[in-house]
Amino acid sequence: MEALEVLRERLCARFSGIEVALIPNASPSGQSSLLLSGSGLREVAYFLRDDPALRLDQCSNVTGVDWPEREVVDTVKETQPGAPGEAPTIVERKIKRTEPGCLEVVYHLYSIALRQGPLVLRLRTGNRTDAVTVPSFTPVWRSCEFQEREVFDLFGVVFEGHPDLRRILMWDAFKDHPMRKDYVEPDDYEWEPTPHGDVLAKARKHYPVPMAPGATDDPATAGKISE
Amino acid sequence: MNETIPATPPPTLTPDERDDLRRQGILLTSLEELYNWGRSHSVWPLNFGLACCAIEMIAASMARFDIARFGSEVFRPSPRQADLLIVSGTVTKKMAPHVVRLWNQMPEPKYCIAMGACAISGGPFKQGYNVLKGIDRFIPVDIYIPGCPPRPEALLNGLVQLQQKIRGQPLTGADAPRHLRSDDPCDCPVPELGANDIEPSHTPALWSAPALPRPDKG
Amino acid sequence: MTNDLPVTGSQARVRKVKPSAFDLRGSSFPTSDGGGDLLEISLGPHHPSTHGVFRMDVVLDGETIVRLKPVFGYLHRNHEKLGEGTSYLGSMPYTDRLDYLNAMTNNWAYAIAVEKLAGVTVPERAEYVRVILAELTRLLNHSCLAGFLMQDCGCSGTPLMYAFREREKILDLFESLSGSRMMCNYQRFGGCRVDPTADWLEGARRLTDGYSAFLDEYEALLTGNEIIMARTQGVGRLPAALAVSAGVTGPMLRASGVAHDLRKVDGYGVYPRLNFRVPLGDHGDVYDRYMVRMLEMRESIGILQQALRDLPGGPILDPKAKQRGLRPKAGEAYGRIEGPKGEIGFYLISDGTGNPARYRVRAPSFVNLTILEDLCLGHTVADAVIILGSIDIVLGEVDR
Repeated sequence: MEALEVLRERLCARFSGIEVALIPNASPSGQSSLLLSGSGLREVAYFLRDDPALRLDQCSNVTGVDWPEREVVDTVKETQPGAPGEAPTIVERKIKRTEPGCLEVVYHLYSIALRQGPLVLRLRTGNRTDAVTVPSFTPVWRSCEFQEREVFDLFGVVFEGHPDLRRILMWDAFKDHPMRKDYVEPDDYEWEPTPHGDVLAKARKHYPVPMAPGATDDPATAGKISE
Repeated sequence: MNETIPATPPPTLTPDERDDLRRQGILLTSLEELYNWGRSHSVWPLNFGLACCAIEMIAASMARFDIARFGSEVFRPSPRQADLLIVSGTVTKKMAPHVVRLWNQMPEPKYCIAMGACAISGGPFKQGYNVLKGIDRFIPVDIYIPGCPPRPEALLNGLVQLQQKIRGQPLTGADAPRHLRSDDPCDCPVPELGANDIEPSHTPALWSAPALPRPDKG
Repeated sequence: MTNDLPVTGSQARVRKVKPSAFDLRGSSFPTSDGGGDLLEISLGPHHPSTHGVFRMDVVLDGETIVRLKPVFGYLHRNHEKLGEGTSYLGSMPYTDRLDYLNAMTNNWAYAIAVEKLAGVTVPERAEYVRVILAELTRLLNHSCLAGFLMQDCGCSGTPLMYAFREREKILDLFESLSGSRMMCNYQRFGGCRVDPTADWLEGARRLTDGYSAFLDEYEALLTGNEIIMARTQGVGRLPAALAVSAGVTGPMLRASGVAHDLRKVDGYGVYPRLNFRVPLGDHGDVYDRYMVRMLEMRESIGILQQALRDLPGGPILDPKAKQRGLRPKAGEAYGRIEGPKGEIGFYLISDGTGNPARYRVRAPSFVNLTILEDLCLGHTVADAVIILGSIDIVLGEVDR
């Protein structure tokens, strides 16, 4: 299959109104991906499926990923001119910023006809609260039907253009999106002989847990035998 | 004809005396023994498998382990014709109302075996938003078989223990089985699927969270 | 595989039905073509033939299915969320419980994904042992599937008994190697956990050499059986284009005539060195899917004999590969193998810590169910049960 940079050039040249970014993959698998954004993405999908050089006729896997917002520290090197006659100095500054969270949908595409792949596509939503719509690829690859429903059910991503978008694994009256990182499980009390960590925190609401002398309330040390 | 009923019941025979009589061709039994013997040796399970333990249950019914020689000859597909509900596999919250409804549809006398760690307490999937932490929260369980999955021999052992339990049940009194007492409703409330959890999360009459404090580590 | 029978039985009773656009949960149904009412029933989740807690909401016009909606989630055990909270090695026992009939292949797929993510190499002996175990699993799975499918057809358990008899022999091998019959937890990152002994290999050889006799005995009663042919030929035809678009993989795809077997396409492990053919079907109906699996079993016997013959010595596990404290570099990997049911894949995103940031299972049964409605429309309820049986689903991986 052609290299991702070449494919990226072809897509940008053919479709105006989209942006294609190459997300490199640092792991030894080498499976880098293309991040698509903009409008008219379903046409891009049709092109990827029908182009004679690619013929990506099978969408093997659709995954939802939750990226909560996180703090990122950027290191910026600034060159400051020194006094006349002295060399300029390089000063490093650390800037903290908050990277906003988003929901991501990752598609793994393979070509059965030409025996090539995978091409990894990513679509990202605007944020994790109200702008959670992405175009659905079910009209292009039928295998996305159930898998996009699962991403909707467990993450809350709304797929515009999906023929039957409703919950698939949880029951219809269920109100939350359980695979998100900030999902809080219901307090479904269970007794454990040696609770620790999250289970200890939940168990405390139901029965008193005597603590060993010297132990703190820190969940990291809870459950450890004191010396 | 005018004999009064004796004040004390007649002395019962020892097991050795009964064996002696049996060797001479005289079989003595009581109605209770006969009734329980018939009941315990023809327990027909419901054809009900949820997850991995169901495959070991099917293996127990196959030629190598052969549950049929213990009396469970046929697995009935309909709950109306079954005596035993072997809950084999993880009960999820989505499935819990169906399991309870099946239990209610089974006629008395009926028994429940919780097979596998998931049916007993949620098993390896206990930290789960959709996993019911044990079927005994909603239906009364008679025998618990631990294992993940328990071997077919373990299921047969559990079945034998259930048979012993049935044979030990008296026909009258407070320990009589449910179908011979008039005070037991024999019906379990069916939970509803709520917005975040099933409601209620357990049946208080059947199960309550143990309030055991952790032993002090001195 | 030609279909020389005249059009009888199943082919005659399949009607052309277009799904209408009404909502299954709506309050009023349109009436049927014949002027009667449509009936909505729920097949499952407790049903003797649905292979687990699977539910099909069907709308019937008489006996004919005009609409079918699968409902699952009754065994959703949040395997993926557990994977995020567990270390990489800690998720290995959970992969046993996905497709609980084929623990060894699930383990292998997960091991391949982590090995791609962390850049771990596998010694040659371990690759051969993995192939041996995967092909034994394929024999086990296809035999049991034929048994379950025949039970759905009405054979009432006898083929299943024979299949389970062979399964017990294979499970004895698994138990003596890994300690457990079903939940083997045997593969590790960079090889396998335990080295098979010479005795074990001898037992595997004897089983393999005797398996053809079992298949002959099995097929003598089933393959040419006119009842089975009348019930399964022409039922549930899956066109090749729809199969490819719907992401169908495994024997179901090959029964529709598409030559796609990951053992040949990806060439993972030592499969490129082994000589085997990939059977394909012509019609894509239930009979073809059954026959493809039968022929695949014969090919698996050939692969097993070659692998057992060529098994080299050497280490069974890469000694430098970390198991417990594995912290792969930040990145992602998608690893897949040809499991007995289809393409089973794992997609892992690592953030540099000991737990994955995202752990996703691509389950073949889940994706293969996409076309269930298309296959069942126009058939009767009895055919729907057989079609579901031929798709070969296991709810552990459908719902995860």
